[in-house]
Amino acid sequence: MNPERPPNGVLLEVHNISLAFGGVKAIEDVSFDIRDGEIRAIIGPNGAGKSSMLNVINGFYHPQQGSITYKGETRSQMKPHHAASRGIARTFQNIALFKGMSTLDNIMTGRNTLMKKNVIWQALYYGPARNEELKHREFAEHIIDFLEIQAIRKTPVGRLPYGMQKRVELGRALAAEPDLLLLDEPMAGMNVEEKEDMCRFVLDVNEEFATTIALIEHDMGVVMDISDRVVVLDYGKKIADGTPDEVRGNQGVIDAYLGVSHE
Amino acid sequence: MGGEVIFFLEIVISGVMAGVMYALVALGFVLIFKASGIFNFAQGVMCLFAALALYDFMAPGGWVDRWFGFTFPVWMAIVLTIGVMVVVAWLIERLVLQHLVKQEPIILFMATLGLAYVLEGVGDILFGSDVKPLDIGIPQGASDWALDNYGIYVEKLELVAAITGAVLVTILGIFFHRTRIGRALRAVADDHQAALSVGISLRTIWVIVWSVSGIVALVAGIMWGSKSGVQFSLSLIALKALPVLILGGFTSVPGAIVGGLIIGVGEKLAEVYLGPFVGGAIENWFAYMLALVFLLFRPQGLFGERIIERV
Repeated sequence: MNPERPPNGVLLEVHNISLAFGGVKAIEDVSFDIRDGEIRAIIGPNGAGKSSMLNVINGFYHPQQGSITYKGETRSQMKPHHAASRGIARTFQNIALFKGMSTLDNIMTGRNTLMKKNVIWQALYYGPARNEELKHREFAEHIIDFLEIQAIRKTPVGRLPYGMQKRVELGRALAAEPDLLLLDEPMAGMNVEEKEDMCRFVLDVNEEFATTIALIEHDMGVVMDISDRVVVLDYGKKIADGTPDEVRGNQGVIDAYLGVSHE
Repeated sequence: MGGEVIFFLEIVISGVMAGVMYALVALGFVLIFKASGIFNFAQGVMCLFAALALYDFMAPGGWVDRWFGFTFPVWMAIVLTIGVMVVVAWLIERLVLQHLVKQEPIILFMATLGLAYVLEGVGDILFGSDVKPLDIGIPQGASDWALDNYGIYVEKLELVAAITGAVLVTILGIFFHRTRIGRALRAVADDHQAALSVGISLRTIWVIVWSVSGIVALVAGIMWGSKSGVQFSLSLIALKALPVLILGGFTSVPGAIVGGLIIGVGEKLAEVYLGPFVGGAIENWFAYMLALVFLLFRPQGLFGERIIERV
């Protein structure tokens, strides 16, 4: 599927990333990798720097130190549009949809970086541009079917309930046919049924589209069930990295979550 | 037709024409507000600046004439002025907006206030502050066709303005709804972060909207300049656009048109039929009264997005 599959199986690697806002250190010297095709979870207590890490990966934040190697290309920082055009798509912790636009239009914006045809042809809706628009529309419909949101395709997303908005946001990210999908708390605030649906979608995306996924999630049951490997952050530092079983037994992780007495 | 009816029609038609002119100015505001949430106080000055630049390219005694000894034909002057407005848009993004990303709307508004004065000053220094008669060959005087066939008095210039306005709005509508850039524009208007995450470049979009606004300003500048000469007061028509925006909604292109027409026709009718009872000259403040009523009963305007607070 992906012509740029890295030979050693590592899709993305962050090396010694440090990020500070003024005096506040959000991330300190964190390194880990994401292998091609896996589901990689990033966990940790609130304020551990998980979302900051995703923001570094897709270029919203620029780290003061460290580097990012993506598809074998190393840079000191990413830029959002560069990340998007190189196949990194994401969702947000607090849903960031285009509220005035319909579900279909929201998903179509996800195709933005894949649309190439001349603006003037598009305006005339003629010739090659028309074919291109139809092709992209077809893909968007495919995603709508996949996420089972046919009933809301024309609804402005601002009117949808929370769980549905989360699903549309996932749809928009999928529309970009990403190689790496970043999900920031995709199941936060959902009821059990919605969580199960979302879990199923995440697993299906990983299997059917062979998309590599990095996700932040607080529900430990979900994390342990669906992820291949887990990296644990606490106060901006990496405290554990390994399979769910390894992480579960790690004393540092238990301390971070349950608290430990400091004398 | 009876004299009364013809008189009424003439008032309505002249109101419609004035309304199209207001709508042209309001349109520039709507474009920028839609795409960036900025209320661009400098829109009126952009009209003035565009008209000044256009005049300078084609008039004897302008910069081009003095330096190179020739002037450009009208069509070329228009193309060059469009180029100038694109450069202005690019400079605004580079020097101002880029440094104010993620700031409060009020800060951006204040920045455009400053921008208005800078642009006005630059225009003044470059082109001088005397009144310049702008003549790009739009026919003047009454339309004989309307007068002969229907006995109605219509200014040719106003007819041209109305047709130009309609064409411009159609083109913009298609641009916004059919093209990838149009969709990207609406996306940026809704949520900056999300727009970035799907690979839309904010800076490109901003340069595009400010350029398009500059071109709309040029069209408005040409029409108003042909009517009453290019002079400083041109920048004040921006004030007339405010009630239009309140009526139509700040984010709606059709709203700007309908709002402009209502204001244009409304103030002419009010002047003629209500004026005598309150001592006349209500054309000057009628638009603002209407806007005030709208603010009380329908603050989002006729076409604006409904203001819903979710708790």
